Amino acid sequence: MLALRGACYGPAVFRRVLVANRGEIARRVIRACRALEIETVAVYSEADADAPHVREADAAFPIGPAPARESYLRSDSLLRALAASGADAVHPGYGFLSENAAFAAAVTAAGACFVGPPPHAIATMGDKATARRRMREAGVPVTPGTGVLPDLAAAERSAAELGYPVMLKAAAGGGGIGMVPCEDAAALRRGFASAAARAKAAFGDGSLYLERLVHGARHVEVQLAADRAGAVVHLFERECSVQRRHQKVIEEAPSPVADAALREALGAAAVRAARAIGYQNVGTLEFLLAPDGAWYFMEMNTRLQVEHPVTEWTTGVDLVQLQLRLAAGEPLPFGQADLAQRGHAIELRIYAEDPARNFLPSPGALTKLVWPSGEDVRVEAGVEEGARVTPFYDPLLAKIVVRGETRERAIERALAAVDATIVEGVKTNLALHRRVLCDPAFRRGELSIHYLARLLQRAVEG
Amino acid sequence: MPTRVEAQITGSVWKIERAVGDQVAEGDVLILLESMKMEIPVEAPCAGRIAEIRVQEGASVEEGAVLVVLE
Repeated sequence: MLALRGACYGPAVFRRVLVANRGEIARRVIRACRALEIETVAVYSEADADAPHVREADAAFPIGPAPARESYLRSDSLLRALAASGADAVHPGYGFLSENAAFAAAVTAAGACFVGPPPHAIATMGDKATARRRMREAGVPVTPGTGVLPDLAAAERSAAELGYPVMLKAAAGGGGIGMVPCEDAAALRRGFASAAARAKAAFGDGSLYLERLVHGARHVEVQLAADRAGAVVHLFERECSVQRRHQKVIEEAPSPVADAALREALGAAAVRAARAIGYQNVGTLEFLLAPDGAWYFMEMNTRLQVEHPVTEWTTGVDLVQLQLRLAAGEPLPFGQADLAQRGHAIELRIYAEDPARNFLPSPGALTKLVWPSGEDVRVEAGVEEGARVTPFYDPLLAKIVVRGETRERAIERALAAVDATIVEGVKTNLALHRRVLCDPAFRRGELSIHYLARLLQRAVEG
Repeated sequence: MPTRVEAQITGSVWKIERAVGDQVAEGDVLILLESMKMEIPVEAPCAGRIAEIRVQEGASVEEGAVLVVLE
């Protein structure tokens, strides 16, 4: 892999890294540290004392009771573990405190290195209204929309100008919380107060803004990497249109619709955006790609993405090792011209949930677990046979990643991987993956963010 | 004839949306459960008056546990 190649690097960028996460991503970070000869420190809640990431780390510290807000979201507990462990860096993974600017600043203040962007970049992109303004200023197209709205009357005026349908969004938001699609003025009037209350409860800030809904859009995102000296590259796009409830289910690289011109345009916009906000480390710009070919900035994820393996398997870059090197102040080991996409990679997220009951989560004991294997299959699992899937954390059991020389080959391998997988004891979305992989529209690459809902609707109707 | 409203999933009680004595319509959200980072609404299966709420916010509940009794 490219990031491993440079013989100019020392053997270890940090002495000891605390991994402030759990599940598959904690294991992934531990693996990357091991390859760089860095010691690892795990943290765990009471529900995770027997989890594999705890066993695989060189040391482990308990950080509190099972609920995430009493453990993995407790900045003070993590900082105590950091001090006790003597780690010189913290890798936040994704989710939890990974996009919390105050936590990043606290880690730095404690004398350790936060493996991620500087706090100001996290804060800028975390406020969705500010992010939209900064992107517009940087010449990156954003969906037509407003700044923060003072009240319902202003929202109604703006919506009339934008044209319905519109989407009401929380300025401090994320993860689909506080998002209300409004077909008309009546829906906007009905939804405004409750969206504000929800945003206030979830983020401590009830500020709302409006965006015009882009019908039939795809979700295409660009991976970027930036070093401390200001060099920025992009590592091409990922297609993540197969979603349920704003959560990705299948991701792939490259996008089946991206041609060289679109790839170049999105990549250049991502690099421009990163430069404009003084970004460092790896990050992702998410775009909506409209059926007419227009594209718009949606949001930036200032962290490692769940779906980073499809980029790793098409570019040959180990993104987690790259994160660690960049955080330690090393320069990017490649320029844009050194990077290319080769072949095709697909990631299937295996969730403990029941697609037949509107994706209701399915906690329980994993009585049997068999994963696929092979040179072109990579499984990133957070659980083991015999373990309990608890209701405390997200329902991701594992990611199955496959690659092939072409998209068709990758789809065939993905199907074989699904067929070789056995999960008993909890309900999963494995059968849904099979349906998607066999669906002619998916095979033709005809996707939108409504694709999965429509596929399920078709099944209900007939 | 009282109606027992059960948790459809193992998780925790995130928010109790109504109070004892409230008159509710079929489909009204009584309680929000949280499981695996998802918010799961528990709705009234029929119209009625809330006679009893058997859980508190923050409590852990098993699938099938009785949360609310309607009459």
